[in-house]
Amino acid sequence: MAIALAIVLVLIVVGSVLFHLLSPWWFTPIASNWGHIDGTVILTFWITGAGYVAIILFMAYCILRFRHRAGRRAQYQPENNKLEWALAIGTTVAVIALLGPGLFVWYQFITVPEDAAVMEVVGQQWQWSFRLPGKDGRLGLSDPRFISSDNPLGLNPKDPGGQDDIVVEGNELHLPAGKPVKVLLRSIDVVHDFYVPEFRAKMDLMPGLESYFWFTPTKIGTFEILCAAFCGVGHPQMRGTIVVENENDYQAWLAKQHTFAELSAHAQKANLRDGLPSSGALAAAKE
Amino acid sequence: MVEIRVDGAIPAAEVPDVELYHAKSWITKYVFCQDAKVIAIQYSLTAMGIGLVALVLSWLIRLQLAFPGTLSLISPEAYYQFITMHGMIMVIYLLTALFLGGFGNYLIPLMVGARDMVFPYVNMLSYWVYLLAVLILVASYFVPGGPTGAGWTLYPPQAILAGTPGRDWGIILMLSSLILFIIGFTMGGLNYVVTVLQGRTRGMTMMRLPLTVWGIFSATVLALLAFPALFVACVMMLLDRLLGSSFFMPAIVQAGEHLSYEGGSPILFQHLFWFFGHPEVYIVALPAFGIVSDLISTHARKNIFGYRMMVWAIVAIAVLSFIVWGHHMYISGMNPMFGFFFATSTLIIAVPTAIKVYNWVLTLWRGNIHLTVPMLFAIGFIVTFVNGGITGLFLGNVIVDVPLSATMFVVAHFHMVMGIAPILVVFGGIYHWYPKITGRMLNDTLGRIHFWITFLGAYAIYFPMHYLGFIGVPRRYYELGETAFVPPSAAALNVFITVAALIVGAAQIIFFFNLVWSFYKGKLAGSNPWRATTLEWQTPETPPGHGNWGKELPVVYRWAYDYSVPGAEQDFLPQNQPSKGPSRQAAPV
Repeated sequence: MAIALAIVLVLIVVGSVLFHLLSPWWFTPIASNWGHIDGTVILTFWITGAGYVAIILFMAYCILRFRHRAGRRAQYQPENNKLEWALAIGTTVAVIALLGPGLFVWYQFITVPEDAAVMEVVGQQWQWSFRLPGKDGRLGLSDPRFISSDNPLGLNPKDPGGQDDIVVEGNELHLPAGKPVKVLLRSIDVVHDFYVPEFRAKMDLMPGLESYFWFTPTKIGTFEILCAAFCGVGHPQMRGTIVVENENDYQAWLAKQHTFAELSAHAQKANLRDGLPSSGALAAAKE
Repeated sequence: MVEIRVDGAIPAAEVPDVELYHAKSWITKYVFCQDAKVIAIQYSLTAMGIGLVALVLSWLIRLQLAFPGTLSLISPEAYYQFITMHGMIMVIYLLTALFLGGFGNYLIPLMVGARDMVFPYVNMLSYWVYLLAVLILVASYFVPGGPTGAGWTLYPPQAILAGTPGRDWGIILMLSSLILFIIGFTMGGLNYVVTVLQGRTRGMTMMRLPLTVWGIFSATVLALLAFPALFVACVMMLLDRLLGSSFFMPAIVQAGEHLSYEGGSPILFQHLFWFFGHPEVYIVALPAFGIVSDLISTHARKNIFGYRMMVWAIVAIAVLSFIVWGHHMYISGMNPMFGFFFATSTLIIAVPTAIKVYNWVLTLWRGNIHLTVPMLFAIGFIVTFVNGGITGLFLGNVIVDVPLSATMFVVAHFHMVMGIAPILVVFGGIYHWYPKITGRMLNDTLGRIHFWITFLGAYAIYFPMHYLGFIGVPRRYYELGETAFVPPSAAALNVFITVAALIVGAAQIIFFFNLVWSFYKGKLAGSNPWRATTLEWQTPETPPGHGNWGKELPVVYRWAYDYSVPGAEQDFLPQNQPSKGPSRQAAPV
């Protein structure tokens, strides 16, 4: 029994390592600047993996070597201060080796470069919308109170800074490659999470507050946005697309998008035709 | 009343015996019973019963993930109800109840040398309130809309809004059931703590307690401090749901409709939930740590290595577990500066935890290892716990968490570390103490079959699952659908995991059969079949009678780990065996 168990433990260790090295399942190819995140994952893998292998193999050895046989008696050794402290210090060193690089990369992750462009992601069950600043380079104020069918993202109609904001509905956003972008996130109903596996970064959209992260898309291509915070029965279907393209293609796409002012005017016209006041005007009048 | 003795080597505070309430009828002996041992069995059977529900739910979850769209009875609503109920049952109603209400009730009085818990009547109430909580939880399957499908974390706003299954009744019953569970637990928990502090027999100093008692005691203290956070969160959400208050509800526009909520904070709920939720991990883990220490020591015929370090590691883990909750919320949008603090505190916990692992393995070193069924499960625990522990170093280190959080990596991690690992200890503990509880041994062959299938099967389920997380497969997806970055081979992996899960689940039938069969047909155990040192094996009767100890309480002369003492005739010296020379003490008393 002891021999069988020791062999099984060795096989578990060898099998786990081989599985890691040979299986086809690993990170998707990275498409952002966050190579350091992959680096910390791999560092963690090797440090903790070495510990795992060492502990299980040592245990397998003990099971084999110190298995019960007739006349065998265990050693009586309650403590060994030196050994215990050496192990504690060794573990502490390993933890520092994990934590140091980890916190360094985290610092980078939360420190947005000054030249980063700004964009906003708005989540609702079960779709994605986006907003880009207009010529003034900043996003106008918003509040869920202002949300209506003509103003789906709840921009404050009285804030002149918001009139030139570009509102992108329909789950698809384009971004220029190679430019850092600060992503502001908010939700108008429940908790969502903006997750593009190829970018490595993800962040919740927490109703009632605005969160952020930043990244630089580095690869031209089309990437799928998933929701990574359970948001109700439609959660798996809450998908979107990010198209990363070169500057020219991006500008061409941008030119086809509509500003908040254009959308409001369009809605007003349509409402006048139907004999209805625009709801944007209603919300403004209520204030 | 307290007499200070100065005559012997062991000064002790002694409280005169209080006459126990002796049951007068069948009902007070087996139903409304105040004997901690009976309450322990009531708790354990109820927990295992509801645990079987969770097991069946896990099958259904796995069937859906491997064969999406094949089983018509699993709608998205049903799927989310399955995962919610499975998670909540496993964490709260099975593991917490079984370790504290089950093992705690049975072992604490026996191991500390008390006749019973200090408040037997309250202890009895604890079980009946727990049973009521379980029944209310089960009732949610029979109300319109069924149980809540909010995910076991019950995050608002989604938990109480349309678009979530069980929004009408299920969530109300879930919150009510949790509130009752906490009330019931508090009654039991106060008992466990006070009994350990005040009910120890003469000579049983804190530093002579078996680690099982230390684990359960520390976990109970944690639970008494952590559950109130969940309690208030449940009450507040219940008010939001029933009275329209806005504790956790900001201004919300759902499907074009402006809801009447305003000004609340959903992230506040997450803080309250995880302020409870992280200690909860250790509420489950610490009793497992304690029990496995005693299993390894007894079956390796060797004292636990580094007893004092083991005690202080338990205490350090318990204290630290209150300042790490934010690692569940790295990507919640809370102030990112918290990331530095919580990553540091979380990784510091790895040090005392690693010390415990080293000391378990070093206990095997130069031992006399008997590979009994309890020992097999203890070794299985070490493998799965180390595996699940190191993936915790991924998720605890804030930046490493970013790509992995909310993926199947997290599911694999927490199942390995707080599902499989503690459950293997539960099994090990049951194989170990069943002879004391029933007077008969569990069947050894069935036990070994049960171990091999459960251990290897569970590893086959959860080890590969981490890699789905590396690919980026999110958790809580009813179906993955067409997703460009996921290779088709991932579907094959999902089928493999499901087959393993079905086999492991089915293997538990062997265990339950063994429990029943051995109760009638098992080999007679005698009072101390494992030749163990701790007091529960030294009772005058097996199973122990009401009051545990006959006329005289045992007196303790030594620590719990005098195995293979040089010069001693036998390879174990019971704690209540006097010795001529000065008894070894782990620490100055």
